[in-house]
Amino acid sequence: MSALKARALRKRYGELEVVSGLDLDVARGECFGLLGPNGAGKTTTLRLCLGLTHPDAGEIEVLGEPVPRRAREARRRIGVVPQFDNLDPDFTVEENLLVFGRYFSMPASEVRAKVPGLLEFAGLTGREDARINALSGGMKRRLTLARALINDPQLLFMDEPTTGLDPQARHLIWERLRSLTQEGKTLVLTTHFMEEAERLCHRLAIMDRGRLIATGSPRELIAAHIEPHVVEVHGNGYEAWMEHARALAARVERAGDTVFVYAADVAPVLADLRNHPDLIYLHRPASLEDVFLKLTGRDLRD
Amino acid sequence: MRWIAVWRRNFLVWRKLVIASVLTNLADPLILLFGLGYGLGALLPSLEGMSYIAFFAAGTLCSATMFTASFESMFSGFARMHGQKTWDSILYAPLTIDDVVAGEIIWAASKAWLSGATILAVAAVFGLAASPLVVLTLPVAFLVGLAFAAVGLIMCVLAKNWDFFSFYMTLIMTPMTMISGVFFPAEQLPRPVLAFAQVLPLYHGVELVRPLVAGRFPANAALHLAVLLVYAAVATAIAIMFARRRFSA
Repeated sequence: MSALKARALRKRYGELEVVSGLDLDVARGECFGLLGPNGAGKTTTLRLCLGLTHPDAGEIEVLGEPVPRRAREARRRIGVVPQFDNLDPDFTVEENLLVFGRYFSMPASEVRAKVPGLLEFAGLTGREDARINALSGGMKRRLTLARALINDPQLLFMDEPTTGLDPQARHLIWERLRSLTQEGKTLVLTTHFMEEAERLCHRLAIMDRGRLIATGSPRELIAAHIEPHVVEVHGNGYEAWMEHARALAARVERAGDTVFVYAADVAPVLADLRNHPDLIYLHRPASLEDVFLKLTGRDLRD
Repeated sequence: MRWIAVWRRNFLVWRKLVIASVLTNLADPLILLFGLGYGLGALLPSLEGMSYIAFFAAGTLCSATMFTASFESMFSGFARMHGQKTWDSILYAPLTIDDVVAGEIIWAASKAWLSGATILAVAAVFGLAASPLVVLTLPVAFLVGLAFAAVGLIMCVLAKNWDFFSFYMTLIMTPMTMISGVFFPAEQLPRPVLAFAQVLPLYHGVELVRPLVAGRFPANAALHLAVLLVYAAVATAIAIMFARRRFSA
């Protein structure tokens, strides 16, 4: 049984169609990543799945409930970690969880019993009485995650869960998210970080201009869409060399003052580069980021 | 009844700051009441069969209720909705924007009711409201609170920024206070001005509260109650409509 199913979803804001014919399937227990440049429609897709905004066309089913018609019933079993923290600054850490539990009509005693475990999960034990403004960015994110778990949800929606965090804080969140998938929870997250997507997600969808342009596991996407090796080249004379390199590799691209050479076999490229001592190069395996840039282009999206 | 969770959230915050909140709610109207009431009262004959300070206390009960309800639903509501994004977080739970709006309006009315009730208590202590009928001003104060909380919440969900509220306050609330019989009998106003006051809710609150404070049953009570109820109901419906529009985008 699927955790999330969307068919032919459309949403328009004024002249702009933000979601245009989206199909989405997330299996139970899966960690599913929605990748896309700014403005691809990721956040709108999440809002549609939560029933917070109504689609112009298409169908959504979340945990077996038709959304938006029965969105309230679906949200009983959903947790949400928004892109921007909206913890309640009028309350302490503990009160934030208590008050949030009340929004789910949970009895105070039940919420109270859950709080110590959630605070431990969030690494906030001993901070019960701290004010929200006294928490670091990482602590706020962890508390937001703990808050999203107050109703023991089967499905978690997370909008850029680690944006703005330092590496330590990010790794801690990743570890927690992995333990949630091990518990059997379904995770749907949006992200800009390819590394995050590669590490966490069982399956990914790359979204651009309101539709999915590729889906699969991180490995499948790399195998299907891109040559396995990349050589990045920059330094004096890179422009002249780029023209010359086209004969040596399957695909040659330029971004700013760097040339990206993609090929199944880069030995001829590397051999040639040894004759160009002015050029600096880096040879690495292709990554999800290369797939992403290939499919969505290198232009800035603001 | 899902709105109760929203109401209780605001109540819990209020309870933390209860002393500061009650003092600020009270200080303004009480200073005005005793400053103007005693000062002007010494110069004025009795009005409508009551001392000026008792007359003014009844008016202040209504205007303080109006101001508390309006401030809570506009400024505090906007802070929760726009600044802190508290409403967004509530909407992740099985609550809807309708529940949030209802909870906010009833909360602001409750807080306003407390302002009115406290003024009534002070007036009673000073012997300005001796009749048992004054107890009936309590439900009226809640209704006045509800009407202004609902109108204030329309302003809240329409606002793009804080400046938006100054139009409503300067151009509507302040003149309404002047022409609704808070400071002097509205009947001495020119007819068109009186007619204008009569389509606004504050006038009807004053028309209900003042006779009760004087120990008389108000004339046309059903009409005044109906106007307040219609304001509360229609403004709530409009606030929900605009809130849905704002939040479903």
